[in-house]
Amino acid sequence: MSEVIVVTSGKGGVGKTTTSANVGTGLAKLNKKVVLIDTDIGLRNLDVVMGLENRIVYNLVDVVEGNCRIKQALIKDKRYPNLYLLPSAQTRDKTSVTPEQMKKLIDELREEFDYIILDCPAGIEQGFKNAIAGADRALVVTTPEVSAIRDADRIIGLLEANEIKRTDLIVNRIRMDMVKKGDMMSLDDVVDILSINLIGAVPDDENIVISTNNGEPLVGSDALAGKAYMNICKRILGEEVPLLDLSGKSSFWSKLAGLFKKN
Amino acid sequence: MGLFDLFKKKNSGDVAKDRLKLLLVSDRANCSPDVMELIKNDIINVISKYMIIDTDGLDIQITQTESDSNNGMVPALSANIPIKDMKNRSTK
Repeated sequence: MSEVIVVTSGKGGVGKTTTSANVGTGLAKLNKKVVLIDTDIGLRNLDVVMGLENRIVYNLVDVVEGNCRIKQALIKDKRYPNLYLLPSAQTRDKTSVTPEQMKKLIDELREEFDYIILDCPAGIEQGFKNAIAGADRALVVTTPEVSAIRDADRIIGLLEANEIKRTDLIVNRIRMDMVKKGDMMSLDDVVDILSINLIGAVPDDENIVISTNNGEPLVGSDALAGKAYMNICKRILGEEVPLLDLSGKSSFWSKLAGLFKKN
Repeated sequence: MGLFDLFKKKNSGDVAKDRLKLLLVSDRANCSPDVMELIKNDIINVISKYMIIDTDGLDIQITQTESDSNNGMVPALSANIPIKDMKNRSTK
């Protein structure tokens, strides 16, 4: 039984691609056979985040147009035995593919893979429609900001209207120090407003920048964000994993300093 | 939290939450806060004919509710109207 998961958000820059890369890699680390599909035609980036940009020969549009077989376009990630990437085309646009073609492609991939992860472009136009066409479930990524949550709400409505069976929320880039001060919405606030199931929260972690620089997903590492992503992967597999304490280590002295800090 | 935070105005996190809630009401229902205000006033006028209500405590909002017809969620107008007393219509 394979499962097709679309990673979407509405707003750009909240961490869809990073989440796709880490969730895909994490599931592969948990011994699932995974293919990541970059559906952001014209603005491909998942290949870079995965560190596979130098190995692209064929892309999604080539497959759909019949210029090559699916197997030829899939890039095998040599670091993990079960992980593949289907890159997007950089010199084409979103109209190069239709939702029907995406569905057909995904149905073929279902026979090979346990998990198919679709990295959705920002926006609610053609690219979004293509990305959700063949999906069974969705991960909606948001940050604790008014604009990102507003867009997430719109996306959740569109996913419901398109009969996506299950939608879970990932709150990205949360800063517990700011939440404590009351200067950032808390996880509870965000979940309360969007009223969908929270599948995980990822802290704002500089290690994410470093891992993207290196083209090596962070999932499974000791960094807080790496742990958070691994927990999300386990929850996707149906495991019950308690929420991570995202506050990080704060010493007695830093707390004392915080108490006397002026504004 | 610093000692001086106690005397500060509302936290920006709470401001964000309140703004979002209002924003989403109109987004979800395609219905602006102005229209909601008009609906609210009309509801007060109608109910006030029969009951004495707490107009400050009155809360109307667009929520989601399950619908039997197309087994999905549909927007619903929900009103929470605290009743203070019934009007005695016979002694009018």
